[in-house]
Amino acid sequence: MIDTLFFALVAAVAVVAAVAMVVARRAVHSALFLVVILFCVALLYLTLSAEFLAAVQIIVYAGAVMVLFLFVITLLNPAAEQQLADVRSHGIVAAVLAGVLLIEVAAVLRWGTLAGQPASFPPPAVPWSDNVQAIGEGLFTTGFLLPFELTSVLLIVAIVGATVLAKRRL
Amino acid sequence: MDWLIIAAIKSGFVIVILLTGFAYGTLLERKLLGRLQVRYGPNRVGPFGLLQPVADGLKLLGKEDTAPAGADRVVFTLAPMISTACALSAFAVIPIGGTIDLLGRRIDLVVADVNIGILYVLGVTSLGIYGIVLAGWSSNNKYALLGGVRSSAQMLSYELALGMSLIGVLLIAGTLQLPKIVEAQATVPFILLQPLGFIVFLIAATAEVNRSPFDLPEAENELVAGYHVEYSGMKFALFQMAEYVNLIVVSSLATTLFLGGWYGPFGLLPGPHWFFLKVFLLICFFVWLRATTPRLRYDQLMRFGWKVLLPLALANVLLTAVGVLVLQG
Repeated sequence: MIDTLFFALVAAVAVVAAVAMVVARRAVHSALFLVVILFCVALLYLTLSAEFLAAVQIIVYAGAVMVLFLFVITLLNPAAEQQLADVRSHGIVAAVLAGVLLIEVAAVLRWGTLAGQPASFPPPAVPWSDNVQAIGEGLFTTGFLLPFELTSVLLIVAIVGATVLAKRRL
Repeated sequence: MDWLIIAAIKSGFVIVILLTGFAYGTLLERKLLGRLQVRYGPNRVGPFGLLQPVADGLKLLGKEDTAPAGADRVVFTLAPMISTACALSAFAVIPIGGTIDLLGRRIDLVVADVNIGILYVLGVTSLGIYGIVLAGWSSNNKYALLGGVRSSAQMLSYELALGMSLIGVLLIAGTLQLPKIVEAQATVPFILLQPLGFIVFLIAATAEVNRSPFDLPEAENELVAGYHVEYSGMKFALFQMAEYVNLIVVSSLATTLFLGGWYGPFGLLPGPHWFFLKVFLLICFFVWLRATTPRLRYDQLMRFGWKVLLPLALANVLLTAVGVLVLQG
């Protein structure tokens, strides 16, 4: 019962923040509303007893990625009116794309075959202290080791590429 | 509902301790700085200047609460709140003692013993950066903006080294829960097993809490005062509060992770008094550091963080991992 109430509250905040992010006039405000959404997602992970995921969500997305976004926005500090003019002209395209996406999601939910059975909510509790261990074992001892390592190679390639692009002469 | 009431009482206690620590932390710093610079420090208000924090608080309460023209009012008000809230809530998972019996109940001397323990602290402190960045931006002042941008770059860079320096401890203790990490140090504190990790942690933590020699975000002689230059009255006090509470949190974290938390040397009388003594000594160390080191230049700071501290932390992770693997067979 309390899980459902908590979910409803957090989800409502997330949706309101999402709308506010789109309609906000200043870029900094939009970024802040995005932080609120990311925080709400972390709270939703908590209700699914995925504490590790929640912490990583906050550290990586809310704590590092969005700070970098904010970093760039505050340095460039674009004027509010100019942003608005840009946004207006893109409104129709965005609306059409959003409509198509909505129809897609509805179609998948109605006719599509999502693998597996719908899970129960709240989910069966993982043994409280084994949460992090369970993720580690899942990542490194079952079949996810290769994709995990490949992802790290991909990240290194991206970092090297970004460095080369930004700094021609090293 | 029982656990809720107990949690509320514990949070109340922790907040009172932290705020008292903030008030008298400022006095301790001024007194100690004075002594280190061969002068007396505040000694006029009350015996030994003990009422100085009260006088400071009353003064700040009475000041006019101003906001500069062109400032983003909402964000301007929100920024100090974010800073303080994040600083205060970071303490929630730090254990100040073991378990005690009180009124027929067993009470853990920690507000919330969560299984992601240390990750929670890292997450909350990384959210605290927003307070500083937003304060710098919303003030509509180029010095404040520069201070905010500097501080976000600095904290992001050193957070990496900070997190890496903790991995050695986590590898040895085999858990993220802070009370269990302390219990793993009942015989040997981790500073003896992780000297390199401790040094890296201490340096990165000094940068994280923006203290000298890493206090570039508020370099008063080039940025006037940095991100909080436009703040006055209680909002300014909130930033000061966040700064000191962060200092207490970092000292507590070092105590918990490396200095054996509430355990005394040779197993002498374990209890919260050891915890508080170690935190007090660490805070004195930070004041000493401020009194005796010059501020780094910005490019030196960045180069040191990325090219020295981070590789050292990574080497420590590798060494510890090999050691744990060899010792465990």
